Amino acid sequence: MWTSFLIAVVVLLALALVFGGLLGFAAERFKVEGNPLVDQIDSLLPQTQCGQCGFPGCRPYAEAIANGEAINKCPPGGESTIKALADLLDIEPQPLDAEHGAEQAKRVAVIREDECIGCTKCIQACPVDAILGSAKHMHTVIESECTGCDLCVEPCPVDCIDMVTIQPDIRSWSWSPPEPDIIATDRQGART
Amino acid sequence: MTQLWDFSGGIHPPENKQQSTRRPIQAAGIPERLVLPLQQHIGEPAEAIVSPGDRVLKGQMIADVPTGMGVPVHAPTSGTIEAIEQLPVPHPSGMADWCIVLRPDGEDQWTELHPLSDYKHCDREQVLQIIRNAGIAGMGGAGFPTDIKLRPRGDRKVETLILNGAECEPYITADDLTMREHAAEVVSGMQVMAWILRPARCVIGIEDNKPEAIAAMRAAVQGTRIEIAVIPTKYPSGGEKQLIRILTGLEVPSDGIPADIGVMCQNIGTAMAVSQAVLEGKPLIARVVTLTGDALHNPGNFQTLIGTPVSYLLAQAGLQGAQLNRLVLGGPMMGYTLNSDAVPVIKTSNCVIAATASELPAPAPEQPCIRCGQCALACPMELLPQQLFWYSRSGEFEKAEHLNLFDCIECGACSYVCPSSIPLVQYYRYAKGEIRQQQAEQLKSDRARERFEARQARLEREQQEKELRRQERARAAAEAQVKKQAEAEQAVQQADTVDERAGKAALVQQALERKKAKAAQAADTDAPPPANATEDSQPLPDIDALEKQLLQAQGKLNTMQGMLEEARAQQADNVDKLERAVAKNHDRVERAQQALTDARKVLAKQSDAPAPK
Amino acid sequence: MTEYLLILVSTILVNNFVLVQFLGLCPFMGVSGKLETAMGMSLATTFVLTLASVCSYLAYTYLLEPLDLTFLRTITFILVIAVVVQFTEMVVRKTSPLLYRVLGIFLPLITTNCAVLGVALLNINKNNNFVESVLYGFGAAAGFSLVLVLFAAMRERIAVSDVPVAFRGASIGLITAGLMALAFLGFTGLVAV
Repeated sequence: MWTSFLIAVVVLLALALVFGGLLGFAAERFKVEGNPLVDQIDSLLPQTQCGQCGFPGCRPYAEAIANGEAINKCPPGGESTIKALADLLDIEPQPLDAEHGAEQAKRVAVIREDECIGCTKCIQACPVDAILGSAKHMHTVIESECTGCDLCVEPCPVDCIDMVTIQPDIRSWSWSPPEPDIIATDRQGART
Repeated sequence: MTQLWDFSGGIHPPENKQQSTRRPIQAAGIPERLVLPLQQHIGEPAEAIVSPGDRVLKGQMIADVPTGMGVPVHAPTSGTIEAIEQLPVPHPSGMADWCIVLRPDGEDQWTELHPLSDYKHCDREQVLQIIRNAGIAGMGGAGFPTDIKLRPRGDRKVETLILNGAECEPYITADDLTMREHAAEVVSGMQVMAWILRPARCVIGIEDNKPEAIAAMRAAVQGTRIEIAVIPTKYPSGGEKQLIRILTGLEVPSDGIPADIGVMCQNIGTAMAVSQAVLEGKPLIARVVTLTGDALHNPGNFQTLIGTPVSYLLAQAGLQGAQLNRLVLGGPMMGYTLNSDAVPVIKTSNCVIAATASELPAPAPEQPCIRCGQCALACPMELLPQQLFWYSRSGEFEKAEHLNLFDCIECGACSYVCPSSIPLVQYYRYAKGEIRQQQAEQLKSDRARERFEARQARLEREQQEKELRRQERARAAAEAQVKKQAEAEQAVQQADTVDERAGKAALVQQALERKKAKAAQAADTDAPPPANATEDSQPLPDIDALEKQLLQAQGKLNTMQGMLEEARAQQADNVDKLERAVAKNHDRVERAQQALTDARKVLAKQSDAPAPK
Repeated sequence: MTEYLLILVSTILVNNFVLVQFLGLCPFMGVSGKLETAMGMSLATTFVLTLASVCSYLAYTYLLEPLDLTFLRTITFILVIAVVVQFTEMVVRKTSPLLYRVLGIFLPLITTNCAVLGVALLNINKNNNFVESVLYGFGAAAGFSLVLVLFAAMRERIAVSDVPVAFRGASIGLITAGLMALAFLGFTGLVAV
């Protein structure tokens, strides 16, 4: 009886060792370097490099998401970005995390040129180099390149930068979705 | 008999065309004000080339498109430019856009015209330029610049030229009456286009509910090789892709244009405009507009100047305001509701429907989809409207795009047949808009990322360059130090043989020379200072420079001391730092004084005795 | 030859492991949200099932039986399955990081998929030889994949439909699965295996 017990234990141990060795070898053989997922996540983020998510730029946040960070921290991206990220990673979309800011209409920075003193502090702050100008010369924001991240507002010593909401234009107009479901019984007040 | 094919789907709504075909085309006349939007075509908006106060003649160009795709705008009658401002334009959004306001003077005076009746002996490019400068854009509704359409890209040769005389949408009869009354001009216009394109086959497709138009056109094409094809009445057989299928059996590829398969489709009104532009030199300044609907006393077709306000036209057609419930620009299937009758008629406006409440009732409430599949049976583009609906509604735009959402021509056949009254086309328009917006945003964010990465690269590069320069300087300084040691040793050696004092003075002098030379070359390279180890040529020490140095050092010392006292008074943290700084400056002052005294001595010695050696 | 065909028909349709024998319901419900993930999961499970079926058969026939240790079959099979799943995980991670991230915890959970252990044990019960074991494992996986893909496609459609609030999500999914199982009952009696 003891022999069979011993044999059983030995067989199991042997199996375990063999399999362990196999797995160890496989682990080396199939080693994975880097993380291409980060690129895919990064391409979905709005690239404003504003830092509202708590990370110093969009790429660091993309890397964090690849490591399990929550996907609802990006206000400039808003609902559509959260949904796209949820689709990519096959997780549940969550509402935007309020402590990182609320989603606002697209804005651009505008410099009040009369007040600009040419200190270049805003130029150094802009993450996409959307401000034109040099020391002691007029600064101005290139509207088409401005992402509305508002990182330039803080450094300005004379506080001459405004964040202006982009007004809807006949060329940027698009159809709105049809009114939500109002079936006949709703009209009669049957919905509870 | 021309061979005809059929397209799948389609519907047969009531035609309602008889109301507006009882009378021939009437002239609408000249209104009080003409409002001419600067963008009546696909492409870049035109820019005004006149200013308020200018007097213009009929047919004079008043706006042109300097760069990019577009066609110019002309004054429909003579008068004065009143203003250039933002006014409501015909657009589903109801928003405003830049317009030129023209106040007619009633004289209707033409500008100088340059007809080209002998166009066949001219350069093709010249004729195309005439068409462009006449401001002709597709008048069937799209407004694509006709000259560009008549210039298919290099490898595409048009073998079949089609004129779209189908006019399948209910209520609209503008093309019908144009064919009846201006058949000759339509044919000559087609001949101009055929001369430009050299197609193998020319055919005009007309629906069989227009017998008079068919007869008129048949008479007009006698002696030409243009075919008249009578096609069965079905909506939307006037859709470009559907008409091509009917007349040639060919299918326009998804995401492609008819020129890809060697076919081109033009509107009847456009053909007439081309004829007038080339053969009479007249730009596009008027078009036939159908005014119809039960709220009108005299519905019919009106030859209207571009820019005429819809309100003026409605008055011409005898609008009964009390009965008016809805104003539609375009047809009942593809048109949109106007919220104001102040909008002007533009090159692409073909019909205005003044409907009563019973004629075009409010749409029934949307009910849940019962998945009956009628919409798929009706779709002329063989799409899956039901699936497109589900995906558009739930925001899964990627899947909708995958199911060829952008091939939808928004004809409205699916919404027409839906038993649950679901406004399907609204959903598709919304989905298309969202997808386009997303694509634009994606482009923008990709660009922002590129700029960001470029900036990071630039900062890094600057950092590296700075680092490199710093190392250079450090290396140069080390070399100079070594050299100085070597020279000092040399000088000391030599000084042993002479007066000790003189030697020391020489050392000081050398140091001073080197410092001056270094200061002179500080802006450029950090080359080692010129060797001046030769004792023979010993320039006089610069007393002034030394005195200045002493003064500077003293000044600095005073400042430091002041700061130290302040810091002490405020019990600041940097008291000990300042103390050290004061001590350092004190040393500096002493050294400067010493240097000065030494230099003075050297000078004194030199003035007494010859150079010491 | 016909026997092998019958084994396949039996495992894929008649005695489908998910809808008739109700094994492997965890990944069936958990991974069927999107069609792409379902297809990825079915490929992974096919690989695991076939390989595990073969390895378990070999371990049983050439190790446990000769040494009279058949009572250790459960733990041995679990060991074999765990190793195969680990191996599969590494391969997936290398070849498709997105699939790896998307499958998430369900990839290692194939270890606990009762269908895998079920196939291994049933092979013993039915005294299958080597070829039959392979076919049995492959057929089970094919049946699992078929049903998983069908179910995922349906769930995608259901997700965008007007489902009453109380039924949204897993509830309507399970009801649909039940209806599918009813449909598959129609295959009963086709093959007496």
